[in-house]
Amino acid sequence: MRFTIYRYDPDKDQRPAMKDYELAPETTDRMLLDALIRLKEQDDSLAFRRSCREGVCGSDAMNINGRNGLACITKIADLPQHVTLRPLPGLPVVRDLIVDMTQFFKQYHSIKPYLINDEPPPERERLQSPEERDELNGLYECILCACCSTACPSFWWNPDKFVGPAGLLQAYRFIADTRDQATRERLDDLEDPYRLFRCHTIMNCVDVCPKNLNPTRAIGKIKEMMVRRAV
Amino acid sequence: MSMSLPVRKFDALVVGAGGSGLRAALELARANLKVAVLTKVFPTRSHTVAAQGGIAAPLANSTEDNWHWHMYDTVKGSDYLGDQDAIEYMCRRAVEVVVELEHMGMPFDRLDNGKIYQRPFGGHTQDYGSNKMAMRSCAAADRTGHAMLHTLYQQNVRASTQFFVEWMALDLIRDAEGQVLGVTALEMETGEVSVFHAKATLFATGGAGRIYWATTNAFINTGDGLGMAARAGIPLEDMEFWQFHPTGVAGAGVLITEGVRGEGGYLLNKDGERFMERYAPNAKDLASRDVVSRAMTTEIKEGRGCGPDADHVMLKLDHLGPEVIMQRLPGIREIAIKFANADPIKDPIPVVPTVHYQMGGIPTNYLGQVVAPRNGNPEAVVPGFFAVGECACVSVHGANRLGTNSLLDLVVFGKAGGEQMVKDIRAMGESNKALPKDATERARARLARLDGAHSGERVADVSNALRRTMQAHCGVFRFPDDLAKGVEKVQEVAARAAKTFIADRSKVFNTARVEALELDNLVETAMSTIVSAEARKESRGAQSRADFPGRDDKNWLKHTLWYKEGNRLAYKPVHLKPVSVESFEPKVRTY
Repeated sequence: MRFTIYRYDPDKDQRPAMKDYELAPETTDRMLLDALIRLKEQDDSLAFRRSCREGVCGSDAMNINGRNGLACITKIADLPQHVTLRPLPGLPVVRDLIVDMTQFFKQYHSIKPYLINDEPPPERERLQSPEERDELNGLYECILCACCSTACPSFWWNPDKFVGPAGLLQAYRFIADTRDQATRERLDDLEDPYRLFRCHTIMNCVDVCPKNLNPTRAIGKIKEMMVRRAV
Repeated sequence: MSMSLPVRKFDALVVGAGGSGLRAALELARANLKVAVLTKVFPTRSHTVAAQGGIAAPLANSTEDNWHWHMYDTVKGSDYLGDQDAIEYMCRRAVEVVVELEHMGMPFDRLDNGKIYQRPFGGHTQDYGSNKMAMRSCAAADRTGHAMLHTLYQQNVRASTQFFVEWMALDLIRDAEGQVLGVTALEMETGEVSVFHAKATLFATGGAGRIYWATTNAFINTGDGLGMAARAGIPLEDMEFWQFHPTGVAGAGVLITEGVRGEGGYLLNKDGERFMERYAPNAKDLASRDVVSRAMTTEIKEGRGCGPDADHVMLKLDHLGPEVIMQRLPGIREIAIKFANADPIKDPIPVVPTVHYQMGGIPTNYLGQVVAPRNGNPEAVVPGFFAVGECACVSVHGANRLGTNSLLDLVVFGKAGGEQMVKDIRAMGESNKALPKDATERARARLARLDGAHSGERVADVSNALRRTMQAHCGVFRFPDDLAKGVEKVQEVAARAAKTFIADRSKVFNTARVEALELDNLVETAMSTIVSAEARKESRGAQSRADFPGRDDKNWLKHTLWYKEGNRLAYKPVHLKPVSVESFEPKVRTY
């Protein structure tokens, strides 16, 4: 197999360059990450993030043949013989496949990603029906890999002003939680031409999410709630 | 000279941002102390995220339950090596910490009455080991660790905890009196090394499953805290006890939760026989993990394994029906489809016992304080030093951990350690104790050696040799010749690890350098494991020796302590006396 990989080390390189690698896959190489690890054994200067290798930690998001995904759950068998790897688009590159995610996390933090309920807690758990809990499915599973936000043209244009699909999915995760009491403040905070309304339902986020989540639907529900409270 | 490195001063330093580190950090940040949390990866990338099945607490939402029963199960599960005071402490605080997680917003599954959903798990029983299982595992589908880690991170965002993300701690700073004053650490993005100077330092650095070839553990689980503690003269406790989880995906190592068996799944050999009925007639597939892993290994060894190489068994769950699988086990369905090409709604999952959890670690008491022998006291507190979570040995898991007790361990002792640090720091003066002159020597020597090496061993070759050695010599069943040879081989690997070099000379995000530094920690962890295992001449919990098949309470009801210096061992007594209740006397352990 042939790999063409984006390489850039600001410590020594004037500008980024694409570098070719050849690798004969072994039967134990199931996923793209397995191949990357073996490439790193050939060339230890190849830099990328990785941790759980099972698609739950969100470390190894990258652009694989033009599409964002996680290397650890991208099967080699599903890839063509020539694979081109680039860092996630739209974020500053630290080195090789490693991007600076500061802006992404800043947007996540901006939606107050924590349960707000200032009533004194009961002695035991707060009650929630199974149906109410089901409302959180498809939301809480987000792994913050940034595949979605960095596939979103609106986020590319306004990463400082538009919350982006990952942050908005989490905003709705708390709005949808019957235990959270800050729905009004959360909606107020998002009622803004940029923070929420830069979403033009392009749906790249839905297309690339490695956990099969649907940020566009969550964004739609937030918009719906805004309309409902306006009338 | 230590002062040539930049020094950052804090009240409290937490190293590691998984479940226990984040829980401790929350306690410290809420107390308005100046706290720094150092972490190799962004907090939600920590390995707690991969925990699946649940967190134990006797909420009694579905079956009658209480902390006494939970305590009994944990003592029995530990094969009586667990410290009963620490186990009582953990079980008594379980309801409190789990209810707190719910109040923080953790998305637990729910029962029809709105309470937290609980499922059965291996070794958790009602009425002191009766054949009725307790439904004690509080679950968020099969993503409990993810739900818990994100919730704890979110609460730290709210508390404005100060994180140093993608910083790798290199070595512990201890002065002549043995007091811990912080760490040296490497900022990956810039390659800069700094001193983190703190009044109290807590390690929550997690496990080290990467010493084995096949593991459920993430790449980051390299025993960094263990290596740092060992190099600073602190012993490591009970390192021979490694849990092999019965159900890792064959060939891939990825975890399939015990919750599958909790929901009613079971194991089959090649004859389609539910073989656990022979090994554990009462608990069957929900016996303790050490018991199930040995049974599976025996089936495979005796030729009843599945597949062309007869090297695994099958986990059947299709009879649970698509609804239960989609509702309660959606994550493992995803994993099985991706890593085993099997959709469990129709097909069984090929599984094999896989290294999962380290019961041993840095010795502590139940307040999270690190303890080590000094002047005749086997458990003198090491001033300024705390350890919690998988890197610590409290010891609540003894020789074998029960499923769902690890997440509980993280939050109970993360909280307890944080509380004790707050007390200690408030009792200290305004200023930090002065750093010793040689504060940064250990870290600088390691970096200087690596930076000066332009040829030698490749890091990947040495770490692969280490993993292969541990896999072959220190497995589910252990044999005297293998262990003795294993000790020699790990010593050879250690010698090679001292001669590694890296081609990458960059300052910026040099992951080759990080991996070379991690290798030092893997070597300390592996050495402590195999030396301790070779010396323990009995079978107990996860240590099963062919030459000493029985438990020997007369000679071996004691904790191992391994010291790096001299590669030597010492032992200390097990705490058989709980805090407030009667002891559970060791008895024959059957399920």
